[in-house]
Amino acid sequence: MQSPFESWGRYPTYGAKLLPLHWQSDFPALTANLHNGALPVGMGRSYGDVCLLKDGNLLVTTAMNRLIDFNPETGLLTAEAGVSLAQILDFAVPRGFFLPVSPGTKYVTLGGAIANDIHGKNHHSAGTFGRHITQFELVRSDGSHMLCSPTENPDFYAATIGGLGLTGVITWATLRLKPIVSRKIDYEGIQFHGIDEFLDLTNQAHDIEYTVSWVDVTSKGGNFARGVFMQGDHSAKKDDLKPSPKPKLIFPFEAPGFALNSLSVSLFNTAFFHKQIHKRAVALQDYEPFFYPLDKVLRWNRMYGKRGLLQFQYVIPWEHAKEGTVAILREVANSGLASFLAVLKAFGDVPSPGMMSFPKPGITLALDFPIKPDKSFPLFQRLADMTLEFGGRLYPAKDAAMTAHQFQSFYPQWEQFARFRDPMLTSSFWERVTPNS
Amino acid sequence: MSTTPQSTSTPRKILVLGATSGIAEATCRIWASQGASLFLVARNAEKLAAVAADLKTRGASYVDTAVADLDDTDQHPALLAHAVNSLTGMDIAYLAHGVLGDQLEAERDFNTAAQILHTNFMAPISLLTWLANFCVQRHAGTLAVLSSVAGERGRKSNYVYGSSKAGLSAFLDGLRNRIDREGVTVLTIKPGPTKTAMTAGMPRSEKFADVDSVAESIVSAIDKRRDILYVPFQWQPIMFIIRNIPERIFKKLNL
Ligand SMILES: Cc1cc2nc3c(=O)[nH]c(=O)nc-3n(C[C@H](O)[C@H](O)[C@H](O)COP(=O)(O)OP(=O)(O)OC[C@H]3O[C@@H](n4cnc5c(N)ncnc54)[C@H](O)[C@@H]3O)c2cc1C
Repeated sequence: MQSPFESWGRYPTYGAKLLPLHWQSDFPALTANLHNGALPVGMGRSYGDVCLLKDGNLLVTTAMNRLIDFNPETGLLTAEAGVSLAQILDFAVPRGFFLPVSPGTKYVTLGGAIANDIHGKNHHSAGTFGRHITQFELVRSDGSHMLCSPTENPDFYAATIGGLGLTGVITWATLRLKPIVSRKIDYEGIQFHGIDEFLDLTNQAHDIEYTVSWVDVTSKGGNFARGVFMQGDHSAKKDDLKPSPKPKLIFPFEAPGFALNSLSVSLFNTAFFHKQIHKRAVALQDYEPFFYPLDKVLRWNRMYGKRGLLQFQYVIPWEHAKEGTVAILREVANSGLASFLAVLKAFGDVPSPGMMSFPKPGITLALDFPIKPDKSFPLFQRLADMTLEFGGRLYPAKDAAMTAHQFQSFYPQWEQFARFRDPMLTSSFWERVTPNS
Repeated sequence: MSTTPQSTSTPRKILVLGATSGIAEATCRIWASQGASLFLVARNAEKLAAVAADLKTRGASYVDTAVADLDDTDQHPALLAHAVNSLTGMDIAYLAHGVLGDQLEAERDFNTAAQILHTNFMAPISLLTWLANFCVQRHAGTLAVLSSVAGERGRKSNYVYGSSKAGLSAFLDGLRNRIDREGVTVLTIKPGPTKTAMTAGMPRSEKFADVDSVAESIVSAIDKRRDILYVPFQWQPIMFIIRNIPERIFKKLNL
């Protein structure tokens, strides 16, 4: 079936053949006579082209979403890789369990979360998603099945966590869930002005499980790098544990391009900042708005219009984290290119098992940009080069712009990683950043 | 190993024929989370095992399976007796097996057409004859059967499949007439195009109904002991119109 599979940024758009995998045995059985390569994909919640393959075959895993086993004593859940985190939460929360690591949307698959080795607001305490995967099965295009864990096939375990879907198809995985007694989060929001205040709050919040900050990238002068620091813990007070209601609101149409100019974004950011009237605000909040504030509007990416959006997410190690962040925020503010959402967080030093994993200790910043062809890409190039100078790197899951040179400098281990690639699997991202391999 | 947070006091005993079909699997997930007892029948052992493990994990209080090719009607009495025995009774029988078949091939070759009719019409009738008599004896039970809106009017694009479902729907109407007064409910389910393995790869399949919401409607129609369910419900007025288009016009339409 030739039909569009969009990544979340809706950029770039490529034709590809969609091959749904319904059963674990469908790969490689269904792909026996394929040409042009293939790539397993989940819910397409990556922003750029790690989940795209131009003129190739996309193995859509979302129908492969069965649960296999759950042990309420240990919290170990084994499930097929196409199950979404939303489906896992619907199952786990009423039983008193929660995801060990959660991204900013619950509409991602287990396989996709492993392949990008995603991180959440608790990176400083829990590390990446991959750390909580005790084992998984990897199926290769030659038909071989491999059980991967820290002790069995540990090299493929390390290559596949953060392996961008290139090492084989993950058919199922075992995830360690963590116990909760309430749906609620003890939340506190604190206004800050500037990176120093952000860093102070980060240090004070060392024992708090979740921390993240929203930062206003449109403001200059005295308001430069103002924001709201958000922290929370799972409430320890026993409470109702019911599944979430279904989302109803679907962003129904594509917004015209002018809707998101820098003026409207700056107005939004000012409103957001002042929504928090007091310097500090505390609340007992349901986990949904705390973790997934945007999921209430399904397909909100359409708000950015036809051209789509891109995120730019870097991590810069502590050594240059502050000066790098200030310099990049300045560059963005001066460019006048709007960013609706800017999310700032300190990564901790819990190591990831993944060979190509993105997080490392330091500061990470994620910025949303609506795509304006002549302006966005030159800015992305400048920001990527600055990231490189400060010793940082970019997150492939959010990227459609970095050059081969940039990628290979960010991830010098890429050549070693390439040895674990499945010969049938490739992505538009991979073709772009390793053109001659 | 699994916990069941919302199990009902007496789990319902449900026999599912064609348990690996997309709509059946989605329906069974709802029943499993309610703590039902399930007996699952399907042709492919590996797929059946995957579905059974899923339902057990989701909270089904009992899951048993049998691998069988339902085209083999001679096997039906023994299979059904075994299922009822395993479940120690039966509250609901859910018939969900069927094939779309290849219309173009069936136009060329009668054997292909006959095969589609056998799977979608003859085999269900064999099963329903046994199941109806079982329920009538106990004055209880629900027979829920997946037919299709495609059975409402023959269309050139899939009239072999459509006629198998038309026959099935008519059979169910008559059966309901016969056994409703015996305390047995017959539910005819008429789904429109739904996103499942059967329809994957069809053009426009993105616009098809979501299988989970179809499953919710089916569970609720069974609970309410309804007779006929169009799902999504919009198909009822649409099919009313399609049934009433004069043939002279209908035959010129490209449906
Ligand atoms: C609103 C929003 C918020 C986000 N917040 C965060 C965040 O806080 N932290 C974070 O880290 N990320 C975040 N992301 C990014 C998102 O978590 C990742 O891109 C995630 O990997 C997407 O999962 P997916 O199922 O949609 O996979 P896709 O995007 O479809 O695919 C992602 C990768 O996984 C591979 N893959 C998928 N399934 C398999 C499989 N079965 N076997 C092998 N490889 C497979 C694909 O080849 C691809 O390389 C966010 C995204 C959105 C839209």
